[in-house]
Amino acid sequence: MIEVQNLTKHYGDKKAVNGISFKAEDGEILGFLGPNGAGKSTTMNMLTGYISSTSGKALIDGVDILEDPIKAKSKIGYLPELPPLYLDMTVKEYLSFIYDLKKCKLPRNTHLKDICNLVKIDHVYNRIIKNLSKGYKQRVGLAQALVGNPNVLILDEPTVGLDPKQIIEIRTLIKKLGRNHTVILSSHILSEVQAVCDKIIVINEGKIVADDTEDNLSKKLSSDHRLTVRIEGEQDKALKLISSIKEVDTVDVGTKHGDEVWEYRIEAKEGSDIRRELFTKCAEGGFIILEMKSSELSLEDIFLRLTMGSDIGNDGGED
Amino acid sequence: MSAIFRRETLSYFTSPIGYIFLAAFYAFSAFSFTNNSLRYGTTNMDGLFQQLMIILIVLIPILTMRTLSEEKKNKTDQCLLTAPVSLGGIVAGKFLAAFMIYLMGIAITVVYAVVVSAFAAPDWAVIIGNIVGLALVGAAFIAVGIFCSSLTENQVVSAVVSFITLIALYMLSTIGEVIPSDLISSMMPDLGAVWRTVIVEAVVIGLTALCFFLFGKKAGVIIIGFIAMLVLGLFAAKGDLVPTILGKLSFWERYTGFTYGLFDLSNALYFISAAVVFLFLTVRVLEKRRWA
Repeated sequence: MIEVQNLTKHYGDKKAVNGISFKAEDGEILGFLGPNGAGKSTTMNMLTGYISSTSGKALIDGVDILEDPIKAKSKIGYLPELPPLYLDMTVKEYLSFIYDLKKCKLPRNTHLKDICNLVKIDHVYNRIIKNLSKGYKQRVGLAQALVGNPNVLILDEPTVGLDPKQIIEIRTLIKKLGRNHTVILSSHILSEVQAVCDKIIVINEGKIVADDTEDNLSKKLSSDHRLTVRIEGEQDKALKLISSIKEVDTVDVGTKHGDEVWEYRIEAKEGSDIRRELFTKCAEGGFIILEMKSSELSLEDIFLRLTMGSDIGNDGGED
Repeated sequence: MSAIFRRETLSYFTSPIGYIFLAAFYAFSAFSFTNNSLRYGTTNMDGLFQQLMIILIVLIPILTMRTLSEEKKNKTDQCLLTAPVSLGGIVAGKFLAAFMIYLMGIAITVVYAVVVSAFAAPDWAVIIGNIVGLALVGAAFIAVGIFCSSLTENQVVSAVVSFITLIALYMLSTIGEVIPSDLISSMMPDLGAVWRTVIVEAVVIGLTALCFFLFGKKAGVIIIGFIAMLVLGLFAAKGDLVPTILGKLSFWERYTGFTYGLFDLSNALYFISAAVVFLFLTVRVLEKRRWA
C-alpha cells in the first residue's frame, strides 16, 4: 500500500511537484498520467527515496520513506525511466548483485530463475547486458525491480522503446503482477494506462488534475448531447430536418462519405438526448442513418481538456 | 555493503582500469626498485618508497575516477540509492574495493624486499613501516579520489580534479614555505599583534556584511567571510604559524616519517582521519544531491 500526503518538491523556485496526495491499495494498479515534465518521475523518485521531498509524506506499507528509508526501500521494486543497468555485467551477474544488494532471503537460484521466466529473459541469462537490445534491457530492468518480491512496484514508463508485441507482453505481465502487488505505473501514453490500470491519476505541472477510475472520468466528461451522425440523403433537407429538433443548437456538415452520404456534427442543449427524436424524424423523412455515435470523450480528449486548463468545473470533473 | 564491494572489485577487472593500474604500478615500482636498490647494491629501499608516492599521485586518480561519476552518468546510482543500503555503506563498499586493488598493487613491494633479502639481511622493521605507511597514504589518496569522483559525472574531470588535489596535498609544506607569512604584519609594522588582528577582522566583517546585502543575502557569502576571518586573522595574529600548520597538513611531510623507518602514531592517525574525513564528505555530497 502506498499513501502520499501533500508531497512537494521544489527545485530552487520551481515547483516540480506541488502538494500531491493519493493512495494506492494492495492489488491495485495505479496509473500516473501526464505530459513530459509534469512531475511523474520526480514523484516516483521521491516515493523510492532517490531524492527527498521538500515537504509532505510518502508512506510505503505504513513506513515513512524519510524516517526509516532502509525498511521502506526494502518493500519497493523500482524501475526508473532509464533502467539502472551495469552494462559490462551479464544478466546473471547483475541480478545476482541486485539480489545481494537487496539482502534478499528467498532461495537465490530458483528465485532468479522464476523472475527470468516471468519477464522472458531466460535465454539471454548468460549474455552481457551491453549487447542486449533495448527491449531486453527494459525487461532486465523490470526483472531487477522484481528481485526480492517486493510488495510495491514502481514502474516509470515501463514500455518505452519496446515494439508493439513486447508492449502487449509487458502490459499483460504488469496486470498479472497487479493482482498481488501494489503497482504504480507512469506513462504519457494514454491507451496504455487505459489498458492496464484500475485507477488513474492525471498530473500536470506538478499538480493532480484528476484522480479517479477511467470510467468515472469518462462519465464526468462525457457528453451525450454531442452527436456525430452519418446520414444518406440530400444535404440541405437533412440539415433542415436536424435543425427542426428544438434542442439542437448547431449543426456542422463534416466530410462526404460516399454518394449523398454526409457526416453531421450536432450539438444539442446540455443534458438533452435527441437520439430517439432524430431517428424517428429521419425515418419519417426517408433519410437513412448509417451511423450515429455520441461523441464520448476518449482518454485523449479528457487528457487534453484537463491539462489545457479548459473549464471542466461545471461538469464536476475536478475532485 | 558487501554486495557493492564485490561488484566493484569485479568491475575493476571487467573493465581495463584494474589491469592498467596494476600493470603501471608494477612497471614503475620495478623500475624505481632497480634504479634505487639493485643498481647501488643496497638493501635500503627508502628511495623506492619515496618515489612510489609520486607514482601514486598519478595512478590513484585513474583507479578512483569512475567510482561514483560513472554511476551518476549511467543512472545506476538510482539502483543503489533506492536499494535498502545506507549511503555510508555504498561509499564504504566502493572505498574498500579500490583499497583492495591498491593493496594488490603495493603487495609487490614485499616481493622486492624478499629479492633484496637474498643478497643481505635488510632492516625488516623499516620495510614493514614503509609498507604500512604506503598503505595508509594510499587509503587517504583513494578517499580523496572518491570524493572528487562524487562531485562530477565526468570521469575525465574527476581524474583531473583529484590529480590536482593530490598534488596540492603533497605540496602543502612547500606552499607554506613560499607564502609571505609576514604579509599583513609588514603592512602595519607599528601595531601589535592584537590591534593588527582587530583591524583585519573588522575589515573582513565589514566586507562580508557589504557583500551579504549586495548579493541578496546568500548563506555562501557568510561561509566565505567566516573562512576569510579565520585565515586572515591567523595571518595577522601569528603569520609565522601558517607554514608550520601547512607543514603539519602536508601528506609528504607525514609520509617521509615512514620512509625513514619511524612509525609515528600521529602520522598513521593523520592518514586514517584524512581518509575518514574525505569519505564522510563524499557521503555528504551524495546526501546533498538528494536534497537539491
